[in-house]
Amino acid sequence: MGFTTASQTIGPYWHIIEDKALADLTRFGAEGERIVLTGRVLDGDGAPCSDACIEIWQTDPPQSDTFPGWGRANTDATGAFRLTTLKPGPVAGRGNTQQAPHIAVCILSRGLMHHLVTRAYFQHEPLNETDPLLVSIEDPAQRATLIAVPEATGVWRLDIRLQGDNETVFLDV
Amino acid sequence: MNSDFRPYAAGTQPPLDVPDYRGTAKRHPLRARHPMPQTITETTGPRFSERHFPVMADMTKSTNGQAALGERIVVAGRILDEDGRPVPHTMVEIWQAGASGRYDHPADQHDAPADPNFHGDGRVFTDADGNYSFLTIRPGAYPWPNHRNAWRPTHIHFSFFGPAFATRLITQMYFPGDPLLPFDPIFNSTPDVAARNRLIANFDLAITQPDFALGYRFDVVLRGRGATPMEG
Repeated sequence: MGFTTASQTIGPYWHIIEDKALADLTRFGAEGERIVLTGRVLDGDGAPCSDACIEIWQTDPPQSDTFPGWGRANTDATGAFRLTTLKPGPVAGRGNTQQAPHIAVCILSRGLMHHLVTRAYFQHEPLNETDPLLVSIEDPAQRATLIAVPEATGVWRLDIRLQGDNETVFLDV
Repeated sequence: MNSDFRPYAAGTQPPLDVPDYRGTAKRHPLRARHPMPQTITETTGPRFSERHFPVMADMTKSTNGQAALGERIVVAGRILDEDGRPVPHTMVEIWQAGASGRYDHPADQHDAPADPNFHGDGRVFTDADGNYSFLTIRPGAYPWPNHRNAWRPTHIHFSFFGPAFATRLITQMYFPGDPLLPFDPIFNSTPDVAARNRLIANFDLAITQPDFALGYRFDVVLRGRGATPMEG
């Protein structure tokens, strides 16, 4: 039996392996409700994190030849990331529970010794009221850090605040 | 039903707040992470195919076949889970500085010669037994602005996915005998000394290729599933 290898920061030079195409999960022709998930990554001073790597994973629609379910995007000089994907539907939870539509978000950057994990839910989704994770976050302001808001038709915004005022709820998974 | 992935063992992962690594000061969350039971979102993960992610196991040649400068090395190892089971057919991404200690990246302003024949990216997949191997150039050490006379030890960046979203791992491999290791706040941030030292590759004569390249072994462990499934 061994122990999981220690994490180290992704550093500022991970773009050496970057492929911009990975930010579009619809690139293989998957059909469904196309959405853009965008937002800014901000540090404890509210300054943009311009060298972060944002990865997403969703189990709905299921991974297939036309839908990878996984994507990766950089943040730009304003800290903004932008991913194109398909809007997920509800997903089975533990036991007999149901989870509201959500996308898992992984944040990697210089200054983060270990990746952070959060989720993007969708505002006004009725299932949000009974989603086991959302319900477990008692403070409405903290809960709101996981809920993307519509910015334009098909465009959803989820800002990620790494530290301080309105800090994003990061998950211990 | 699949059981949960086990929590990380105490001390084996670096904290998010590392005062000696200045970059963490404004980027580490102040609140503890919110506990949540793993769901299908965490216990499943992306599958990557070589069709969409072509293997790049020789990093020593440019796209037009020109040889990069520096000392050729083979890096090989095995990816296992915490129970010693191989992690088969999983994607491994690699990136690094060249022999002079400079990244082929616009943000790297270190005054060391760039090598037009070395971009520094690689990608391999483990075989059915969890083994991986690639050929590269031994990277150089380089200065960084963390503190006066700060130098990163020679290292190679690795990205692992494993079977689930919960097994994602990004780390750095270091080289044995590097005199910079005791001074590096990133390397030293992992509290458990044995866990820290497992990031140092071992020189391996069995991986070394005669008249061609020195060999280093870097074995990796990804999170394993708990022995007892939690209530579903």
